[in-house]
Amino acid sequence: MFKRKLKNSVVTGVIYATFLLALLPLISLIWTTVSSGLARFDGTFFSSSMRNVIGEGGGALHAIIGTLEVTALATLISVPVGLLTAIYLVEYGKGKLAKAVTFLVDVMTGIPSIVAGLFAFAVFALIFGPAVRMGFAGSIALSVLMIPVVVRSGEEMLRLVPDELREASFALGVPKWRTILKVVIPTAITGLITGIMLSIARVIGETAPLLIVAGFTQSMNYNPFDDRMMTLPVFVYYSYSSQGTDAQAYIDRAWAGALTLIVIVMVLNLGARAIASIFANKTRSNH
Amino acid sequence: MAKRISIENVNVFYNKFLAVEDVSLEIEPFEVTAFIGPSGCGKSTLLRTINRMHEVIPGARVEGKILMDGSDLYAADADPVEVRSQIGMVFQRPNPFPTMSIRENVLAGYRLNAKKFSKTEADELVEESLRHANLWNEVRDRLDKPGGGLSGGQQQRLCIARAIAVKPDVLLMDEPTSALDPISTLAIEDLIDELRKQYTIVIVTHNMQQASRISDKTAFFNIAGTGEPGKLIEFDSTDKIFTNPTQKNTEDYISGRFG
Repeated sequence: MFKRKLKNSVVTGVIYATFLLALLPLISLIWTTVSSGLARFDGTFFSSSMRNVIGEGGGALHAIIGTLEVTALATLISVPVGLLTAIYLVEYGKGKLAKAVTFLVDVMTGIPSIVAGLFAFAVFALIFGPAVRMGFAGSIALSVLMIPVVVRSGEEMLRLVPDELREASFALGVPKWRTILKVVIPTAITGLITGIMLSIARVIGETAPLLIVAGFTQSMNYNPFDDRMMTLPVFVYYSYSSQGTDAQAYIDRAWAGALTLIVIVMVLNLGARAIASIFANKTRSNH
Repeated sequence: MAKRISIENVNVFYNKFLAVEDVSLEIEPFEVTAFIGPSGCGKSTLLRTINRMHEVIPGARVEGKILMDGSDLYAADADPVEVRSQIGMVFQRPNPFPTMSIRENVLAGYRLNAKKFSKTEADELVEESLRHANLWNEVRDRLDKPGGGLSGGQQQRLCIARAIAVKPDVLLMDEPTSALDPISTLAIEDLIDELRKQYTIVIVTHNMQQASRISDKTAFFNIAGTGEPGKLIEFDSTDKIFTNPTQKNTEDYISGRFG
């Protein structure tokens, strides 16, 4: 009796200790980013670019706009492609084609991000010549990384929908495509949204591919289809790697950029949770 | 309106495996026909061929003819989706759509096919179907709550309401009470007794008392052993099957000597 209780408290203690251990780097990371980032987390940072700025002042508006546009376009490409692939694999796919698609998705999951960047660069260089830089090319590179994540999570979520619901719908004389559209997807929607958010979080912090194809610039550029476009990860990298005479100003901007990136991901996550809970409320039972 | 189903020399396959061999039987309108037999004898499989749900499973196929009032359900130009809207089905486990309210669940057969009608028409249809399923009085003041919030027995009656809302000619039931408690089972059995006035009903059941209580005709299926196909052993009026079966096999099964 005593031995059992002792075992129980030892194991509980070990689990709490490892949990705290795992939490430690996370807390440390957030603490460092917040404490170092707050110095320049001000109005100027969010309202100006780095054009003609040497030393103090300046901001990351150009990089924030760039990151939002590049990621939004990547999402716009990846979500339809990824979800349709997932639907194909779960609802229609059988035989060799489905196996081949699953294999390719597995391979894509493991592609290093720099390779995705080089791929996008190669494609755009073929069309626009070797000196091409544009935000949209960055979106393409990010899509390559994002699609397999969307496919995988979408596949898992769609497989969670019980076959009984599909059969119930078929038995009412509803064709397959309507069953997928009106029964399967609505049932899985909460999980699908979570998967999409995770895939966005996965690519929004990518640096290497954007460095290659979107380039870097100190100026505002609202047009993702023309010319270089700054993004937050690249902004952080450049602020840190090529500091000017007033080094502290560059380092402060780098930390503020990092903090902004974390805040964006957090806001997106909270937004997704809000959307998911709206959908979930509709399905919750009323006991 | 209830229709007659004629099953003629039907073989049912899963890929190369013959699951049901050479079954022929007539299912009369305005009657309850029960399929009984030990597990794995192919009675559910045969039931699912009647509304072409069998072929939903990859590799599954059917040989032979199934006629509904003379027209072949497996004819080349017969649309399985159309067949299913004429032959409703209730499953073993209650499966209301979790994303839909009670009202939407009843209307699902129409709404999922994007059929439009006025609110009063929809209201009438919901009330009529739920009344037929003996559920109206229990849910009338919470039609907009999710169907998943009901008890198991209520959910099953909701599924019956959903199936009869599309006004099918035939209603198939695959062990509709095996997941329910005795009181809910009684409610469903009473309901089946009323539904026979309007529909042709085919019910698969493991419960022989249930078959003897509610059915007019009973078909007994059996298998010679694992891996062997299921066969129809005897098909007759329920009274005859349960009091004076012709086959020794049937008598052994209903008297509980095997199965």
